[in-house]
Parts: sequence; C-alpha cells; structure tokens
Amino acid sequence: MSVQYKLNKELAQMLKGGVIMDVTTPEQAKIAEAAGACAVMALERIPADIRAAGGVSRMSDPKMIRGIQEAVSIPVMAKCRIGHFVEAQVLEAIEIDYIDESEVLSPADDVYHIDKTQFKVPFVCGARDLGEALRRIAEGAAMIRTKGEPGTGDVVQAVRHMRAMNAEIRRVQNLREDELFEAAKQLQVPVELLRSVHENGRLPVVNFAAGGVATPADAALMMQLGAEGVFVGSGIFKSGDPAKRAAAIVKAVTNYTDAKLIAELSTDLGEAMVGINENEIALLMAERGK
Amino acid sequence: MAVGILALQGAFAEHAAVLDKLGVPHFEIRQKRDLDQPMNGLIIPGGESTVMNKLLRELDLYDTLREQIQNGLPVFGTCAGLILLAKQIDGGIPCFSVMDIRVKRNAYGRQLGSFFTDDRFGGSERIPMTFIRAPYIESVGNNVEVLSIVDSNIVAAQQDNMLVTAFHPELDMDLTVHQHFIRMVEQFRLKNAR
Repeated sequence: MSVQYKLNKELAQMLKGGVIMDVTTPEQAKIAEAAGACAVMALERIPADIRAAGGVSRMSDPKMIRGIQEAVSIPVMAKCRIGHFVEAQVLEAIEIDYIDESEVLSPADDVYHIDKTQFKVPFVCGARDLGEALRRIAEGAAMIRTKGEPGTGDVVQAVRHMRAMNAEIRRVQNLREDELFEAAKQLQVPVELLRSVHENGRLPVVNFAAGGVATPADAALMMQLGAEGVFVGSGIFKSGDPAKRAAAIVKAVTNYTDAKLIAELSTDLGEAMVGINENEIALLMAERGK
Repeated sequence: MAVGILALQGAFAEHAAVLDKLGVPHFEIRQKRDLDQPMNGLIIPGGESTVMNKLLRELDLYDTLREQIQNGLPVFGTCAGLILLAKQIDGGIPCFSVMDIRVKRNAYGRQLGSFFTDDRFGGSERIPMTFIRAPYIESVGNNVEVLSIVDSNIVAAQQDNMLVTAFHPELDMDLTVHQHFIRMVEQFRLKNAR
C-alpha cells in the first residue's frame, strides 16, 4: 500500500461520524459549514435538479469549485463522471480534497471505471454490495458509500445497499479460509481484499451512507444500520429550512441511538424535500457502473 | 481509572483501539449525561474542529469540560483536538482557549499536502507521524514545553496537564505518545487520591 493511499484512507477516517453535504454555491457551502458539515461536495446542480433537468451532467466548472474552496476551511469534494479520468485529472489539478467518481453524473465510460491508483488525490465511489465495493477498492478507491438513489428523498435503496453489504460481510467472515478463493471468484474481486474482510469483519476503507437521506431519522437509521457517516444531497437545500435541517441531521448522526434527542431534532424542521418514490422514477442512477 | 474520549465526530474509535492495547478503560462522550461518570483523563480526537466546536456548545458539553480541564484534568488533543485547546488560532475563533499556543489550521494545505514522516517526541526514539490536513503550532508561551519539531514547525507540545500533537499517533502502531499521556493521567489520579 502506497503512503499516499494510506493517507487518503486516513482522511476518510477523520470524516467518520460526520455529515457531508452537497452544495452548489459558496453561500450554500458556508451554510453547510456553519451547520456542522464535516466536508462539502461541490456540484453544479444538486441531484434532484439533475434528475429534473435531464440531459448529460458533467463535472462542475472549476471556477465554481474554487469559489467553494475559498469559502470554507473544511474538506471540499467534487464529482467526476464514471470512467472520465481527465475530469479527475482536472479536479486533482485544482487540489480537490476528495473526488467522487459518481453515478449521479452521466457515465463517460460504460465499461471501465477510472484507474484510481494512478492518482495522488483520494477517491470515494458508490457501491450497492460487497462485490462492487471491493472492485472499486481494487481500482484505488479510498472510501466507499452506498449508491442509494440520489435526488429522490427516498432512503429505500441506501438501506438496501447497506443491508446487502453488511450481510455479505457477515457471510464472508464465517467462511473457512479455503472457501475464500471460490467466494472471490463469485464476487469478482481480488482474494486479498476478501481475506481482509474475512479477518476484520469490515471493508478495508471507511463506508458512508448516501442517497435519499432527507431527515434526522433517515440519517440515524443509516448509522444504526452500520454506516460510518452520511452524505446528504438534495435533502438539505431542497427543504424549507436548509440551515436548521442540516444542523439537525448533524446532531442526529452524532447521537444516532438517542431516540428522545432525535424526536427533538425532528420537531419543527419545516417542509422536507418532496421526494419521489423509487417506482415512480424513470432513471435508476444506482444501475450505473458495476 | 477511565479515560473519556470525545466522540462527537472524527477518529475517536482509533484512540479507543490504542487504549485497548494499553489496557486502559475508556468511554465515549457524546452528550452531557456521559460526563456523569468519573473521568481521569480526556482525549479530543482528530476530525473537523468546526464540527466539534459547534457540537460541544449545542450538546451542552463545553462549560463542564472547560472547567474540568482548567481544574487540571489531563487532556490530550490530536490535530482538531489541538486546535480546540489553543488560545489563538490564525484567522479563527478559539474553542476551549486554555493552552498558550498559536495555531495555524490546514497549515500544510489541502489533502495533497498530507504526509507521513518520523521524528522524535520529547526524548523518545523516532516515532511514526501521520499528518492529515494538519495544523502546526506557530508559537508557544513561556510555560509550554515543545516536544516535537518537524521541518522547523512545532507539532507536539505540553503545558501542565495539556498535551497536543498535530499528527495522529492513533493511526500508527507506535504507543509512545499515548503512554506518555497515560502517565500524566496516572500522576493526576495519584495526586488527587492523596
């Protein structure tokens, strides 16, 4: 493992127990930081609007990202398209803290993901199950998140992915050593990574929840299901009172088992994002990039 | 004996794992009722100082912890923890404001400036030092002992009951810094027992 990769995994460790918020302007970034975000994700449009607008969505204008980098002192992440290694090179050139190779944008390559081992800057990638997670880690991802279904306000997919991942981890933990080779073959992953899961009972990198988190209770649900932190996208700036909702989600993630506190935090938050049910949407972004 | 680990956000589990190795009992601090139990030392982990500063106040932990630190409770801050203890922060507002150090946040730049090295801690052999978007100490008061200097910047220091490192000893296998802190905790406990 290279020194840089170790440092990149360790930055994700510093983000644990925190909330990473999607922002589209320096003003939103300041609101997010003041509300207690541990990092922000800079993007042109939040996923709900990407979904509504349709068309091809791409990496954001570097000028916008720089504006956000200047506005806040917390880490700044940004998205590039799956397989678009030149967008990733651009983001590295402007010294982004983390790149999200994201299914929320239109994929640039329908076969290959970015060879993330060629970069100094860290990558986070989405995964629906253990196989996807370990394939992304083999490609050099230093952090994993569930894919969820972005821009819907519907947490069902994030829950499904987190449960699937953890169920498979428990299964791998209980295999005999000599059964790992066949399991690696079935999961289409390197056996060394699977052995690490077998021995440690967890992914070799930090695992966050993402997609459809809209309320403090959603965030606490994901934490109780085993997420180490939460990404919140459209859920904040598509709601009635973003600053208040953001701060409430941050506190719910810190004290995710305290139902009394979560009850308080859920009170008078104003309107949640409207949301779309999974079966009402035409485009399943989680299907992008396996 | 028990050490409280501030568990609002960040790398608190890593500190817990080191204390497990040393056989030191510990507990997490997430809200005010967690402070009802006896505490012989406090660890403030790495993470985002802005997040912890805000949550300390909103979860009503700030006054109690500050008072305990001022009354001599041994405290160990790594990275964000160092920032929270400092009296002066370059371009920022102090949190506990208890230690006579002036700190520069994100002193090495963004993640691409994060690095690993090894150097001395106090009179120790060279120990591994991991710096993640780290701060460093620009200057210290007369009563502060400098324990580590890397590239002519101060990265570890102690003032009475307060120990800080800009690097993350909880991320590497070396136990030197935590052992140093546990000695501070034991001395404090013995003094109070007398």
